[in-house]
Formats: sequence, structure tokens, C-alpha cells
Amino acid sequence: MEERAAETVTPAESTVEAMFREERGRLLASLVRRFGDLDLAEEVASEAIEAALVHWPAEGVPPKPGAWLMTTARRKAVDRLRRDRVYAARLAVLQVEADRTGPVPPAGADGDLPDERLQLFFTCAHPALPAEDRGALTLRCLAGLTTPEVARAFLVPVETMAKRIVRAKKKIREARIPFRVPGADELPERLPGVLQVIYSIFTEGYAASSGPDLQRLDLAEEAIRLARILRRLLPAEREVAGLLGLMLLIHARRAARTGPDGGLVLLDDQDRGRWDRTMIREGSDLVLVALTGGPPGPYGVQAAIAALHDEAPDVATTDWPQIVALYDVLLTLAPSPIVALNRAAAVAMRDGPEAGLALLDGLSGEPRLRGYHPYPAARADLLSRLGRFSEAAAAYRQALGLAGTGPERAYLRRRLDVVEAAAVSPENG
Amino acid sequence: MKYMLLIYSAGTDAADTAAAADAPSFEDWMIYDKAVKDAGIWVSGDALADLTTATTVRVGPAGERTVTDGPFAETREILGGYYVIDVPDLDVALDWAARCPGSRGGGSVTVRPVAEFEA
Repeated sequence: MEERAAETVTPAESTVEAMFREERGRLLASLVRRFGDLDLAEEVASEAIEAALVHWPAEGVPPKPGAWLMTTARRKAVDRLRRDRVYAARLAVLQVEADRTGPVPPAGADGDLPDERLQLFFTCAHPALPAEDRGALTLRCLAGLTTPEVARAFLVPVETMAKRIVRAKKKIREARIPFRVPGADELPERLPGVLQVIYSIFTEGYAASSGPDLQRLDLAEEAIRLARILRRLLPAEREVAGLLGLMLLIHARRAARTGPDGGLVLLDDQDRGRWDRTMIREGSDLVLVALTGGPPGPYGVQAAIAALHDEAPDVATTDWPQIVALYDVLLTLAPSPIVALNRAAAVAMRDGPEAGLALLDGLSGEPRLRGYHPYPAARADLLSRLGRFSEAAAAYRQALGLAGTGPERAYLRRRLDVVEAAAVSPENG
Repeated sequence: MKYMLLIYSAGTDAADTAAAADAPSFEDWMIYDKAVKDAGIWVSGDALADLTTATTVRVGPAGERTVTDGPFAETREILGGYYVIDVPDLDVALDWAARCPGSRGGGSVTVRPVAEFEA
């Protein structure tokens, strides 16, 4: 159990409930493998956990809790299949075919159940599922969240989320999306999809695209927890280390990201004394893993950029030339106008606002930046640093027309007030 | 499990030059067809004749039959053929779809499970 306890992110998670959330994913994965049906697996996993909640407090936690839960769940599954012959016949076919797909992995290091969650990661992140449902399904099946919890995390009504999960599970069942780990030859194509799902859960939680709260920490921590599980399942995959490192290095700044009034504090103005040094150290170690022993991947490079920010005492002493160089690498690995925008901001720090602004203006035709508020906000920032206040005000107004979260809008409004005042004051012309 | 691979070719105006350069040859189709049959997964499959030969039939509530020429390619993608294959799961079906020459050169292959009804 020690190894599993290490996956917990905060002390608050080391509760009985969190332990069951962890067990639930493992149990579910093993059941899915045996029965080939996600609905049945979910049902009997829940029943087994309910049984444990009744028995364990009275009788004590069994020596192999995972095996106990599995035995209980299987017994309940068999009962259910005895009652429903048609269902059983259909599952029998599935099971025969599932058995063909590969050997059962050996028992886990603790002698308890083998960890079969990897296949479930790949099923939940399958490209044949709608992109918006992959994160929800991953949270439900692997993070052990309930449907109402997932709904709250994504700020959608429970009913909407329930429908989406049912729809996704229906496609898995009826189009027969397999529960299997892709072969070594397929992994380079399939792993980025899994990483993308975890990272999108993180960014969704971290910088909520809408709604009153700037950060929804739970979702960010769930993403980190999922990445830790994945890292143990795929220890040789350096991009998994890169993703976990990246998220830790961003999450390390969480306490400094909002001011006492709940307002957004940008990286430049954050109190770096409030950054989580332990988390930064862990993240930086992962950057080393991610960038050693082969060509770097996009998550490893992004993590390296985050590490340079986190390790600098302040903005002025940040290694901007190195950051620009890393953005150059990132642009070749994963070209996107958003990477180009971030590179331009780094160039502005290295070579001055004029150089950055020239690069930003070169991106004005990019359709993906058209509705993206950080683009006019970045222009506004450089324009104001150049003393071009009325142009800066116009750009802040444009950003305000696009920005999502309340704190982000409040920040932009404060900046707009500052540059508008500067624009009319006689000293600044 | 049976899957239908619906093979769509890009409309002529939609095909850009780079994609057209990758357009499959008759020989590519022969090789693929042989591979499907050798793998023992072939259930059925045909190429469809040119879209200009298509005719559409509709029957109204009073049983009146309307026959029209077409449809013609206002739609960007044209169904040009299909395979039905019997494979264990969607991943295998997607692999066969990716190997299909129709998925290249601006074309696409849609994979649909064949509905199964309880007997």
C-alpha cells in the first residue's frame, strides 16, 4: 500500500475516500479486462467498495485489499450474469475476444492485484471518442470521480455530463473500442492522445475558461494524480515525465497566482517566495528525465521553459535567451501560433518590447489568434511599455471583449485604467 | 464484429495538388483487395460506378414514385465504394481503414459498425 499512498498529492487526500478512489480505478481496470464491459465493471466495482465500507471498519482491512475487492466484485458480476442470460451470452463473446488480445499482466509489486489501468487510459483517450468526452471519462474511470463531481469540475449540469458519459460508453460498447494497451509500434501515435487528455484536464482546472473562479485546484490536482499513475505505468516514456514535470512546475506557483482580493497576478508580479519549492524541485528533476536520452518532446520542452521561470529569482534575472531557444525548439516540434505568441513575449524580454511587438504584429493574420485574448493582451503590454498608451488602451479593450474568467477580466480592466490615465496625462503626451 | 468501411473520394475541386499526387493507383486497390481477402476478414465489398450514373427514388405518402437523376456532386465527398469486414474490434477496423487506398489522396474512409440485433 505504500506505493499507492505515494500517489496522493495533498494530505487532505489521504482519507479513506481518496484511497477508495484510487482502488476504484485499479479495480475497474481489472474488471473491464475480465468482463469486457465498462457498465458491468463500474456497477460491481461500486458494489464491492460499498461492501468494503461495511465490512472493513468492523473486521479490519484485509491484508490484500485489492484482491478482496476484486473477489467481491467478481462474485457480484457472476450473480448479475446468472440473472441476465442474454447479457451473459453477449459478454461471453466479448470475453473470448478480450482473452485473445494478450496475456494478463503479473501481480503488482505489493503482491496485490496487477495494475491494469494502462489499457483503460488508452480506451478513455481513444481518438474515436469526442474530444470533450475523453477527459470526463478519464476522470470518471481512472480518477474515480463520480458523475456529479465531473460535472462540477467542468461547470456543466449533472444531467448534461451524465448524458455525455452514457454516450461515450455507448460508443465504446457498440463500436467496440477495445480495452488494450497499444503495441510498441503504435505507442508514438497513441500516447500523445492520452497526455493531451490529462493536460487538458489540468488546464481546464487551472485557468478556467469561464466561470467565477480563476483556478479550480481540484481538477489540476486530479490531472497531476493521473500523470503520476501514468508515469508509474510507463516509466520509460520521457514525455510522461515531461508532462508531469510541466504540470508540477506550473502548479508550484498556484499560491502566488491570485492576490489577497482574489485578483489575477501575472508571472512578472508574483511573490516568488510563495512558490512551492518542493514541487519545483520535483518538477525540475522530471525535466532532466524528460530531456535526457533522446530527442526532446513538446511536453519536456515546455517543462524546461517552466523550470527556467521557476528557478529564476525574478523576471530580470530569468534566462530569457535560453527560453527563446527552447521556444524555437518547441516551434519545430509542435508548431502553433500560440507557441509563436509566447516566443514573441520571450523575445521582448530578451531584445526589448519593440522586437517582440514586431513579431506579434507578424502574427496578426493567424485565425487561431483571432478570438484568443492573450494575443491583444500581449500586444497591449508591449505597447504600454513603449509608451504608446492609446494604442495599448485599444488593445486592452479588444482583449476585454474576448477574455473568459472574472479575475482575468478584472486584471485587464485594471491595466486598461492605467494606460488610459497615462494616455491623457500631459507628461506622457 | 462487422464494420463497413465507406470510401469517400474528394470532389475534384476540393482535391489540392499535394493530395492528388498521393492519389492511389489501380494497382494499390488490387493489392489492398487481395490483402483484405487473404486476411480472411472480407465479408463483402464493391466499387460503385461513376456518380453520373446515379438515380434517386423517393416514394410519397400516397405511394407516388419520384425518380430523379443524381444526386450530383454538390456534396464535397462522393461515396465511391465500400467494404464490409469482420474483425475483433474498432482498432483493427481503423487499421484496415488506414491501409485502404481510399483514405489517401484527399479521400477518407468512414468506419461504421454494422448493427447487431438480438435473434
